[in-house]
Amino acid sequence: MRPTTTPARVFHPASVNLRRVAPYLRPHAGRMWFVAVSAVLSISAALATPLIAKAVIDGPIADGDKAAIVPWAALSIALAAVEAGLARIRRVVLATTAMDVETRLRNDLYRHLQRLDVGFHDRWQSGQLLSRATSDIATIRRFSAFGAVFLLIISLEVVGIFVLLVTLYWPLALVAAGFSVPVLVLCTRFERQYTAVVRRIQDELGDMTTEIEEAAKGIGVIKSFGRARYAFDRYDSHVQRVHASQMERIGIHTKFVWLLAIVPNLILTATLLAGVLAVGSGAITLGGLFAFVSYVLILVFPLEALGWILAMAQEAMTAADRVYDVLDTPPVIADSPGAVDIDDALAGEGRPGVTGHLRFEDVRFTYPTSAGSVPGAGSERDETLVEPPEVLRGVDLVIEAGETLALVGATGSGKSTIAALLARLYDPSGGRITLDGHDLRDLTVNSLRRHVGFAFEEATLFSASVRENLRIGKPDCTDDEIAEALRIAHADFVHGLPWGLDTRIGEQGMTLSGGQRQRLALARAVIARPTILVFDDPLSALDVHTEALVEDALRPMLVDRTALVVVHRPSTIALADRAALLDGGRIVATGTHSELLATQPRYRSILAQERDPDRDAGVPA
Amino acid sequence: MSAYDPSTLDVTGDESIDSWRGVAPEDVDDVPGNLAVLLRSRSRALLGSLLRPHRRTMLWATALISVNMVAHLSGPWFVGMAIDEGIPPLLEGGDGSVRPLVTIVGGFLVATVVGAVTFNAFLLVSGRIGQDVIVDIRHRLARHFTRLSIGFHQRYTSGRVISRQTSDVDAISELLGHGLLQLTTSVLTLGGITVILVVLDPVLAVASLAVMPALYGLTRWFRHHSEQAYRATREAIALVIVHFVESLGGIQAVQAFRREPRNQEIFDDLDGRYRDANIWSARLAATYGPGVQFAGRLTTAVVLLYGGSRVIDGHIEIGVLAAFVLYLRRFFEPMQELSQFYNLFQAAAAATEKLSGVLDESPAVPPADDPVPLTEARGAIEFEGVTFSYGTAVDHRSTERGASGRSDTILRHLDLEIPAGQTVAIVGETGAGKSTIARLVARLWDPTDGVVGLDGIDLRRLDDDDLRRAVVMVTQDNFLFSGTVADNIAVGRPGASRAEIERAAAAIGADDFIRGLPFGFDTDIQAKGARLSAGQRQLLAFARAFLADPAVLILDEATSSLDIPSERLVQRALRTLLADRTAIIIAHRLTTVEIADRVLVVDDGRVVEDGSPAELRARGGEYADLHGAWAASLV
Repeated sequence: MRPTTTPARVFHPASVNLRRVAPYLRPHAGRMWFVAVSAVLSISAALATPLIAKAVIDGPIADGDKAAIVPWAALSIALAAVEAGLARIRRVVLATTAMDVETRLRNDLYRHLQRLDVGFHDRWQSGQLLSRATSDIATIRRFSAFGAVFLLIISLEVVGIFVLLVTLYWPLALVAAGFSVPVLVLCTRFERQYTAVVRRIQDELGDMTTEIEEAAKGIGVIKSFGRARYAFDRYDSHVQRVHASQMERIGIHTKFVWLLAIVPNLILTATLLAGVLAVGSGAITLGGLFAFVSYVLILVFPLEALGWILAMAQEAMTAADRVYDVLDTPPVIADSPGAVDIDDALAGEGRPGVTGHLRFEDVRFTYPTSAGSVPGAGSERDETLVEPPEVLRGVDLVIEAGETLALVGATGSGKSTIAALLARLYDPSGGRITLDGHDLRDLTVNSLRRHVGFAFEEATLFSASVRENLRIGKPDCTDDEIAEALRIAHADFVHGLPWGLDTRIGEQGMTLSGGQRQRLALARAVIARPTILVFDDPLSALDVHTEALVEDALRPMLVDRTALVVVHRPSTIALADRAALLDGGRIVATGTHSELLATQPRYRSILAQERDPDRDAGVPA
Repeated sequence: MSAYDPSTLDVTGDESIDSWRGVAPEDVDDVPGNLAVLLRSRSRALLGSLLRPHRRTMLWATALISVNMVAHLSGPWFVGMAIDEGIPPLLEGGDGSVRPLVTIVGGFLVATVVGAVTFNAFLLVSGRIGQDVIVDIRHRLARHFTRLSIGFHQRYTSGRVISRQTSDVDAISELLGHGLLQLTTSVLTLGGITVILVVLDPVLAVASLAVMPALYGLTRWFRHHSEQAYRATREAIALVIVHFVESLGGIQAVQAFRREPRNQEIFDDLDGRYRDANIWSARLAATYGPGVQFAGRLTTAVVLLYGGSRVIDGHIEIGVLAAFVLYLRRFFEPMQELSQFYNLFQAAAAATEKLSGVLDESPAVPPADDPVPLTEARGAIEFEGVTFSYGTAVDHRSTERGASGRSDTILRHLDLEIPAGQTVAIVGETGAGKSTIARLVARLWDPTDGVVGLDGIDLRRLDDDDLRRAVVMVTQDNFLFSGTVADNIAVGRPGASRAEIERAAAAIGADDFIRGLPFGFDTDIQAKGARLSAGQRQLLAFARAFLADPAVLILDEATSSLDIPSERLVQRALRTLLADRTAIIIAHRLTTVEIADRVLVVDDGRVVEDGSPAELRARGGEYADLHGAWAASLV
């Protein structure tokens, strides 16, 4: 099988997107100034220490005056205390600021993702979105708070050290500078190589995780087909790829270490040789040599850090591009300008309220992108795009207020699409749908969805208590309403759960069977008693007996409500007043079940279990 | 230093907001206290077995790093020597006055090169050991998980199988890749410098290490709290991730029910907790890091003060004092690093415990010790006195069984013979034992008592490869792997040619819809199987089974999710598919049952009716009733 393709990344030479993070930092401007100023103070304190040592060596020690050391030592301690105190405050302030930026950015991303339409989420895998919400935002945070400040601190430190070195003895300063430039250049280059490999390892680990997830979820298939070795080989190819990249990473790391271990010591030996000679010739004092050596040792860290901060900046730019790629996607389904609340609109016309009259007029629909294309590749996204087939090709259909209509069609005919259009999870690509005479797109999304209750075949439950899962249907529901909804959906098993309504279900909680999940999803749909109910084959996992019980309980609810029921099997059709046959992207016939059975061969072939003629020939019925 | 009081920080969140999560059985991953000792020895055994193949290279690594340490730590010593031995001759002047200095600097250069070379070699050697160990762990886990029974997987859940192989292995990998290296060098540096200081001047060494008790206390305080903060951070981010993935994965339901504001509220709360936990953690580090730094500077001042007077008194040379100060710089850096890697270490230890636990789990369906070869299975199946009770095999968290009130014993002394080539349908109520029979034939479980045989051989004595070639089971749960449609069909027989794959799809009647997909057989199936309906997925699963061409085919409720036209399609294909092989069909739709040669009606683990469909209809038992009801529903 084809390995998961990793979307190619587009590197922008100068990232505009990273600068767009600035507003998140703006409320913290004062703190950032404090951080910068205190950083300068700390550096000054740190850089003063070798000078103190110099003063002690050249002064009191050379003179043999013990008492004169004391004030220097006291000054050194005082400076250290100031430095440590400032460092502590600075780190707390920085962390608070950085985490605030990260949290607000993530919350905004989540808010935007919730507004983006279902079509968007069909195209993007949740793993892709998660990596943007976690690692990419963390990368931006690290750079925008720490990286930027460190860049300032370290630049100042390097400049400060060189000024001091030149003051102490300029020929030696030249030696140090001569070594520093290649260190800086090589560090930056290795850092870039290293970052690239690490990034690749992360991608490869991501692919491997997909493989692991599939093997875990598909364990039933793997075991029943005896494909353990096959699955292992697939997995092992990922393992080996990661291993090779890891070894490459270690290789680059060794080059790095080679540089960082050998060059500072080379500087040190050169300094020592030249320095001692200088002391011998009286050009500098012994204390001066000591201070010099100390500064050269201090210099190594900022040089190294500059390398990773530059790499971090690059990382942050890529991360910002990835995050804003999502944030810049406009939601397709949103309130149009001048959208009205359906209740207000009807009240304005002097009508009592939503009746649930639905009309489809020449509705066409094509899914936004084909399933074959991979999202996240920026401008390259269009390349693999193949015109997907049109699912609905001019659907005309009226569902009267209070009527229950069964929608019948073959697999893949677009029944579920019609159901999804009703809640504006998608918008039609042509034609229109009206509710009580109003185009759905002229209504606020919120007011429309308030009147529609849904139950899908795939019962999505969340890792929360049963009560919370039911409240999704009606946030302020009472325990009585919950009990009633559970009764209608025949979901009384809830009372037998260890903590009743408080039992956590979903991935992180109690495992429920498919039928139990569907019944809870049904309860969630009916709890708000909405004007319109849309059922997309919500009872498929129930056995025939339970299904009949649920239908009996449901029937009184449907009497005065508009309902669209997507039907896959004959047993469900008993709920409906009328049926519509969807074929070839159009409604080809409507009528009662028996009418359609009698007149529409296609309807019969979809819904009627016929006895197999060549088998039944010899068998008495 | 002001200690930060964690009690003022609300990392657990507002209880009233929290109640939405509900209550769940205690996380089975948590290690109960009394088992801790056992687990630790189990972890040690795992580590031992992982490292044993690398004993020789580890010796090498140890030698390399030891040499490196000596070379690495010689720097300040040489500086001191240069000052004490190199300068005086220079000041005296004369021939060869530079020689001592040149010798010292030359020695320093040699030490530098030796240090760099040994460190590089050490990095490569230890890096390879680490990566090989990781590959070894990954292989062991992957092999072990496929060996463990379906019962285990149902109990353990795919989520935990995944996190064992991802986050736990990552924790160990992280430690091996970064932490362990730092840990080794830090510890060696600390030890090495202490020794050097004592050798240089014991008195001054004692004075400069006077700050150690305070530092020890600070480190203990930091470790204790940062452990809690670290755990709080991990827990908080885990909740953020679960909420993020679940709510966006179920975006259709979220939007249809206008759940967005509530989700945002929950997300903001969870994200806020993550932020607070992070800040807590950062505050601890902000106290510890500068604290250690201050201790270092304090020590330097003390050394200057006391060491200076010792120089003045002539107890030590000035170069020794310089070396001291330079060594102290290197002494406090690794201390900071050590505490940073403590969390890594902690996480890796916890991960090792979990991994050793799962690797210790013995497969409930063990592979045959001395397998009987079976190259060409005919497909005759025998049950001899088979008893099966779920016992520990079933998911203890499932509620279905508890609610039904049945006993745990599903089958009691079942005797059954299915001749090769026969198509048998099993009918009965939910929980009657139909699926158990199917799973016993597929050896996803072993009987508690009695023997299930294929062609007269106990399944437990068959090699797994032979068994799987002979017996294939298709259920309702048809996982599609990422890749193309063709790839997914090829799971039935890896290495099948494209023509064979297409023929299998055509035989099942799946080729019509496949050719309607954007890229036909090459259409990528996204992980969610986004655009394929349940029926279409089922058709792919049948094509898979057709391609596998087993002697025994088991269909466990495999047609239930098909709509009628698809079922009709499959029905025709099934006839060809079942023609020359043994088949066991479990279905609640009688259309599927009616194509069988023989029907077994199962009730409470016993076969109560056995005969051809026509015979049973005529006999007027349970099957006749079922059939009557079904016939009445037909048009």
